[in-house]
Amino acid sequence: MKTVARSMGTSALILASFAILGAGLVAVTHIGTQDRIAAAQQAALEANLNALVPEERYDNRVAEDRLDVVAPEWLGTDQPVPFYRARQAGQPVALFATPVAPDGYSGSIHLLIGVYADGTLAGVRVLAHRETPGLGDVIEERRSPWILSFTGKSLTNPPPERWKVKKDGGVFDQFTGATVTPRAVVGAVRRFLEYVQIHHERLFAPTAASAPESDLTSNSVDLIEPRKRGEDP
Amino acid sequence: MNDYRGIFADGLWRNNAVFAQMLALCPLMAVTSSATNGLGMGLATTAVLLAANVIISSLRHLIAQEVRIPVFILLIAALVTLADMVINAWLHELYKVLGLFIPLIVANCAVLGRAEAFASRQPVLASAADGLAMGLGLTLAMVVIGACREILGSATLFSQASLLLGDGFAFLETTLIQDYKGFLLMVLPPGGFLVLGFLLAGKRVLEQRRERVKSAAAGPVDSPAH
Repeated sequence: MKTVARSMGTSALILASFAILGAGLVAVTHIGTQDRIAAAQQAALEANLNALVPEERYDNRVAEDRLDVVAPEWLGTDQPVPFYRARQAGQPVALFATPVAPDGYSGSIHLLIGVYADGTLAGVRVLAHRETPGLGDVIEERRSPWILSFTGKSLTNPPPERWKVKKDGGVFDQFTGATVTPRAVVGAVRRFLEYVQIHHERLFAPTAASAPESDLTSNSVDLIEPRKRGEDP
Repeated sequence: MNDYRGIFADGLWRNNAVFAQMLALCPLMAVTSSATNGLGMGLATTAVLLAANVIISSLRHLIAQEVRIPVFILLIAALVTLADMVINAWLHELYKVLGLFIPLIVANCAVLGRAEAFASRQPVLASAADGLAMGLGLTLAMVVIGACREILGSATLFSQASLLLGDGFAFLETTLIQDYKGFLLMVLPPGGFLVLGFLLAGKRVLEQRRERVKSAAAGPVDSPAH
């Protein structure tokens, strides 16, 4: 009996010490790498943004000028969506956000959308998706130029009722064998533009420096959804 | 010790983790849609295998028999988490491609298998050699399967290799057929099973032929000449 209890104790001790060792190793590495990881993520974000809006058009640190917005009906996710503002001498130039197209063929499509202060699209990119390889993944920039067709468009060009894929009477191409994917992307971009139009003043407000009374430039402001969306096609 | 030759022959061919032991199929199917992905995953797994084997072998006298499996799993999970963070920090571009799959290394039975079958019984150097050999064998299998699927599925080879290996290796990226429409089946998981099946059959044929040649060569000795 005694020996069994002793060997159990030893085993438990060994297991516990290895658990502590493992946790310690992970903790040390985490501390050692977290700054680099954050820097790498920021660099990746900036590289993405600069592909949409040229670097020389703004002078602020975009990754730090951030506003988190919760608006599931418009942005396709319950999670806060970060909005980044690009400014030139404090004046708003463009806005970037990462809304979601929730109705892709196999789940959500994560987008990066850039829009200039005048409401024209600086561009759209796909950050992550699980669409069918070879059919739906044509939305990726490296696979086809389709996603570039959004650049320069706005809610007046084409008019709102033509913000659809061609099959639904709109102006955007669909792909052979995949209509659901481009339809989801077009819908998400249109909803995003509508949201930006409604909240234009607040989203494109000048910086805190030029308008110190504004509390909108602080982080994590929840914009309250103005009204329920009407029927969604 | 000329045993190392045997260890490497085992790892790379005779007892190859994929082609002989049929282990590691879960990460294999997930990542081998291109040769570059296979290579990246293979190298990451090799690093984990090597580190796990060395650590487990050097601590083998401390690890009590009764709790060895949970201890192995703990150590392997810790090592994979380390690999995940290190790749995220220093090879961020690659992480964006492989990041999803790196935690899968924990589920790679080959790592636990080598810890149990080899490293917990053998000295450190031999265990290191075994980890390296098994890892390289696994990498070989992943690159070959990835290459087959990539060629058949999208008519490219080593696309995005410069993300993994640096811009100096951009020359590896080849497009075999321009405007290839793609062969979807090969890119999807069933393609992985098909390619693996054909490669296994090919390996068996090779081995049987070698056996036959061997027995034919030995034949005249057995039956005395008239």
